[in-house]
Amino acid sequence: MAKHIIELKNIDMSFNGVKVLDQVDFALEEGEVHALVGGNGAGKSTLMKIMTGVYVKDAGEIIFDGCPVNFRSPQDAEKLGIAMIFQEFSLAPTMTVTENIFLNREFKKRNGLIDNRKCAAEARRIFSELNVAMDPDAVMSDLAAGQWQMTEIAKALATDAKVLVMDEPTSCLTESEVGHLFSMIRELKKKGIAIVYISHRMKEIYQVCDRISILADGKNVVTADASEITMEQMIRGITGKNVDRFEWQDRRTPVRERIVLRASGIKTNNRVEHVDLTLHEGEVLGISGLGGSGTSETLRALFGIDPLIEGTLTVNGEEVCFRNPSQAMKKGLALIPEDRREEGLLVDHSVKDNILLPSLDKLSNRVGVVDEKKSVRVVNDWTEELHIKTDSMNKLVRLLSGGNQQKIVFAKWLANQPQIILMDEPTKGIDIGSKAEIMDIIRGLARDGQSVVMASSELAEILAICDRILIMHQGKVIRELMRAEINSEEELQHEIQNF
Amino acid sequence: MKSKISNTARTFHWRQNVVYIAFVVVVVVFSILLTDSGFLKISNILNIVRQTSIISIIAIAMTFVICAGELDLSVGALVGLTSLTCAMALSSGYGILGALGAGLGTGALFGLANGLLVSRLSIPSFIVTIGTSSVANGVAMWITGSAPVPIDHEAYLFAFGTGDIGGAVPVLLVWLVVAAVIGNFVLKRTRYGRRVLATGANPVAARFTGINVKNIKLSVMLLMGVVTGLGGMLYAGRMYTGRYTLGDGAELDAIAAVILGGAALSGGKGSIIGTIVGAFLIGMVNNGLIIMGLNVSQQLIIRGLIVILAVAFGYKNSKQ
Repeated sequence: MAKHIIELKNIDMSFNGVKVLDQVDFALEEGEVHALVGGNGAGKSTLMKIMTGVYVKDAGEIIFDGCPVNFRSPQDAEKLGIAMIFQEFSLAPTMTVTENIFLNREFKKRNGLIDNRKCAAEARRIFSELNVAMDPDAVMSDLAAGQWQMTEIAKALATDAKVLVMDEPTSCLTESEVGHLFSMIRELKKKGIAIVYISHRMKEIYQVCDRISILADGKNVVTADASEITMEQMIRGITGKNVDRFEWQDRRTPVRERIVLRASGIKTNNRVEHVDLTLHEGEVLGISGLGGSGTSETLRALFGIDPLIEGTLTVNGEEVCFRNPSQAMKKGLALIPEDRREEGLLVDHSVKDNILLPSLDKLSNRVGVVDEKKSVRVVNDWTEELHIKTDSMNKLVRLLSGGNQQKIVFAKWLANQPQIILMDEPTKGIDIGSKAEIMDIIRGLARDGQSVVMASSELAEILAICDRILIMHQGKVIRELMRAEINSEEELQHEIQNF
Repeated sequence: MKSKISNTARTFHWRQNVVYIAFVVVVVVFSILLTDSGFLKISNILNIVRQTSIISIIAIAMTFVICAGELDLSVGALVGLTSLTCAMALSSGYGILGALGAGLGTGALFGLANGLLVSRLSIPSFIVTIGTSSVANGVAMWITGSAPVPIDHEAYLFAFGTGDIGGAVPVLLVWLVVAAVIGNFVLKRTRYGRRVLATGANPVAARFTGINVKNIKLSVMLLMGVVTGLGGMLYAGRMYTGRYTLGDGAELDAIAAVILGGAALSGGKGSIIGTIVGAFLIGMVNNGLIIMGLNVSQQLIIRGLIVILAVAFGYKNSKQ
């Protein structure tokens, strides 16, 4: 057996009294690629943040190269050669590849000036060792996502990294870029570097990983050689135990025949390659896929945020061409975006101002004066309807909990009485109680004849409320399933993995 | 039973209210120190009002600009230019209507240019307005060879500058009250005001909520231009003359007033009343320092320190 470069033993971690990691063990061997698999909230990123010094563990041991260590900051871990490759690259777009690699630790000449030649030569050496063709003098903003990632990895290697953590490294790469990444990973292995590979893409895991560890609900499930773990095991592992909390409830009113929204062969410059979809009155349509498959971007296209460059869109039988969200709103659409703090809300404004924003036209008289009485009534009605907990409608939204904030995003759109509601990860980052409430709200909308398109990676939730499910891969819809055809989350996960 | 949530005012915020505290403190301090020198005399107070009204009116429009997340640095130069165009219209015999057309028209033209450059080409407003400021300044010097243009139109001077209604109330105060009432109402009570604030608070969320962010930005820059045109006309009326230097530093005084008044320079937050109190705070400090016998250079230093202190005090407390 190869020697362990780093070992985490009996790690405990809690946030606000909620146990996120419970006696977790994790060990990395020199020169291995080790997949870390688990559902959302299983504790993968918390574990990695402990290993890279971002969080300080509550209990447990970290042993690096045979010696117990205690990380108090990311710098402590960095000094030992543990580096994280972020999904959102931490590179300066206006600087060159070399400048980024040696940012803040440039080689200096004796007179204190930066030794550009030595930096460039060192960058070249790193890339040639990895068998990667890269121009170290290229400016980042001219490069593609794959090259950004190569630069990020080279940056880690320039500090003599021994352990690299890669979080969903392929989610924004093209197929050929993925190939380059994998050959680079094989070069890294030869140098004895250990890699933690976090991903939901099981085919890729089998292609590149030596061992697999499955984490569920903050506990170890299994660690074994990749050849000993089946895809079924992985799927079962990441499904976790929370399935039974969200049960499918039979519809009290059937989905109607009438088609309210139809997209034919739509394409945008933002990941949507070819999407056909129809949405019926009173239907909840789910869209799911692996990260980067274009689910969010499809909603952006439908709502007029990203312009269509091909294909047509019809709403209630009428062909439309939205150039901005305002036009989509006028045709009865609404979008609940994925990032509620950046895209959905004005967090420094009040509950009231946020809820009223989309409905201002309806609440104003001819000269644009907002009717205060009507406004207060609308805010009261919707805060009550959606059980939004706030002591005052003038409270700043940033002071509320995530669940209440998300309900405000719902309230603001529902107050505008849309006919078609697009939702992007509507339960992301909120507590379990609020999730259940949000799902009840969605069921209620469908019952009342409103139509919903919901993009989500939470399969349990999709199965709990969607009447029909589309699966996307690389910007295309590759599968359409009726809810009745699927018996379990595992089956749905299979469909998503087996594109 | 319906459980209603309250609709009472939000909790006390230092940052928004520090201007009122500072105002009261300065009034008290100057009253104690300067009563003998006539600080509290009606004539002196009216003097402060006359000196401060025009910058307050400009600052009202600047509040909209800053609330939308933009900045206009061309205000000072444009005041000079519009004072000249309106003075020239008067001296050419076009009367008050001609002066209005020339002053507001020139302002609107520059405001529109600023707005189009900011909204259609997405150039940051402070860069656009540094450029248009230079253009406005150059045009103002060019059209008269840098010479001032005197105004002798009695009715104009009364209505746009030196008049006292009923022999007591400065006409400039009337202009200010009208501007303040309209500005406050529009910002607080109309959908346009809400959209301006939303645009500045979070342009992405505003766009995703169906607000035409570009048009909002265009409109605030245009509004700023028109109001600056009015400001130029009022300066010309008060000084009996149009001159390209009349607005020197007006943009910074207006911005200082808006920020003192509790607005966030990043946008999304601002108050017309706060802005006016901020402008009067600066005006009062200027006046008090003059009465104290400080010279211009000393005034500048103390004025700058007071602005920084007041805003810093607000920031420090708002972070807790």
